[in-house]
Amino acid sequence: MPAGLWAKCARCRQLVYQKELDRHLQVCPRCGYHHRLGARERIALTLDAGSFTEFDAELTSGDPLQFPDYAAKLAEARRRTGLAEAAVAGVGTIDGQRTVVVALDFFFMGGSMGSAVGEKVARAAERALAERLPLVAFCASGGARMQEGALSLMQLAKTSAAIARLHEAGLPYLAVLCDPTTGGVAASFAFQGDVILAEPGALIGFAGRRVIEQTIRRKLPETFQTAEFCLEHGMIDMIVPRAELRGRLGLLLRTFGASRPVPVPA
Amino acid sequence: MTLPLDATTPAPGDAAHPPGAPAGVRPSAWEVVQLARHAQRPKAPDVVRALLTDLVEVHGDRAYRDDPAMLAGFGWFDGQPVAVVAPRKGRDTRENLAFNFGMPNPEGYRKAIRVMRLAEKFGLPLLSVVDTPAAFPGDEAEMRGQAEAIARAIQTMTRLRVPIVVVITGEGGSGGALAIAVGDVVLMLEYATYTVIPPEGCAAILWRDAGRAREAADALHLTAPDLLRLGVIDEIVPEPPGGAHLDPDAAIASVRAAVARHLRALRGVDPAALLARRYEKYRRMGRVLVEGDG
Repeated sequence: MPAGLWAKCARCRQLVYQKELDRHLQVCPRCGYHHRLGARERIALTLDAGSFTEFDAELTSGDPLQFPDYAAKLAEARRRTGLAEAAVAGVGTIDGQRTVVVALDFFFMGGSMGSAVGEKVARAAERALAERLPLVAFCASGGARMQEGALSLMQLAKTSAAIARLHEAGLPYLAVLCDPTTGGVAASFAFQGDVILAEPGALIGFAGRRVIEQTIRRKLPETFQTAEFCLEHGMIDMIVPRAELRGRLGLLLRTFGASRPVPVPA
Repeated sequence: MTLPLDATTPAPGDAAHPPGAPAGVRPSAWEVVQLARHAQRPKAPDVVRALLTDLVEVHGDRAYRDDPAMLAGFGWFDGQPVAVVAPRKGRDTRENLAFNFGMPNPEGYRKAIRVMRLAEKFGLPLLSVVDTPAAFPGDEAEMRGQAEAIARAIQTMTRLRVPIVVVITGEGGSGGALAIAVGDVVLMLEYATYTVIPPEGCAAILWRDAGRAREAADALHLTAPDLLRLGVIDEIVPEPPGGAHLDPDAAIASVRAAVARHLRALRGVDPAALLARRYEKYRRMGRVLVEGDG
């Protein structure tokens, strides 16, 4: 969203007073479109003000395959976002509930999960386990980062293993699926939440629309793989408008009582 | 080097003896992709039937239907009962249509999860033989939660309290393969592939040109020696000269020997130690650095 007096909604194309858009947490006051948020913006808008302490901020992916143009793409993403990688992790409070948080950043190479994103998610889960805190993940990712080849695929296993230990320890893990959550992130920690929340209109699914259309030789309806579609098919628990997200997460964290966990027998 | 570049059909004029990679010459990544997809390559169910006796296949996910693209059940290996999962690819058009070209739907992964849980319940080691191009990218697969099914299968394997031996025998196609490929030991046939995205798809996304799949195959490091170097797999299972399709019995004997050795080594390992080791193994995968360290 460009800084200025006026902004244009990415969906309805209407001009919106920038301050009004900010006040609505980047949700269009005309059509309700939830604009994508960067990881830092997501954390700032959802966590209690001033409560967040980041960890592993300097962690980045190597270029293990010396993949064509990868180093340049990483450098460009770092310059544009000011982030070292496509995930931000730390500890803070949501509506007064202390929790570990990890947020993916779609503006950093499409939020793709390479070694560093997988590592940050795994470390966030391990931190939650060590401090007996819940974990909240904000997902926004096109999937695995192909520039790291099979090593990026292995991040699905790494993150899933770390989340599994939270389950065994009886600690809550909430997944918030933002626009978009697809591919390898959907097929790992995004769909492993005890409760899965989504933002209105978010694109959520495994395979890409074009690949599916080529496979079934049919056009898919506009609503295919939206949060609303996933709710109807029983794949997620609830759709929560951005303005209500903090309260809803806080209520769930209070309800699941992270301070009195009963270990789940393995 | 002559290799059949159309993997679905044998080389013209020599159907009984399709050419393979000459002994002593390492095929290119793109040639390995063709070998992994070769129509005459022994398929995962062939390997399962050759390795196991008294195979009992089970069916269905108890929620929607039975997925013919996933074989799941139990059998005996070296006098010991084991659980087994393996995607089912066909050898001809009729079989391929029946088995959806080896691309499981969510119910296929959910059937595999059932068998994993039964393996745990009865203390049986799990053998997974992997050869699938991908999880099926269909609209109904999405409606039934392809992402959730894969996520659950992966997570189940990371914490399953029995030994898991995985053999990638043909195509290890991304999340659809990993869903049944998390293990204490991951073996890979010499000319199998394992990749986050098929080279054609990678080329289409990166260069908007699926024709550059050959380059993408190199860039993705999808061959067994690449993956051993990267720590993604644990051991390469050698193939007969020219590839498994030229001597399926020799290839299967090679798989049998490796599986037997690893199952023996894993037998009786304390489940807690097994889980800790498996966790550490996957925990270390990837290459990260701290910015500024160069």
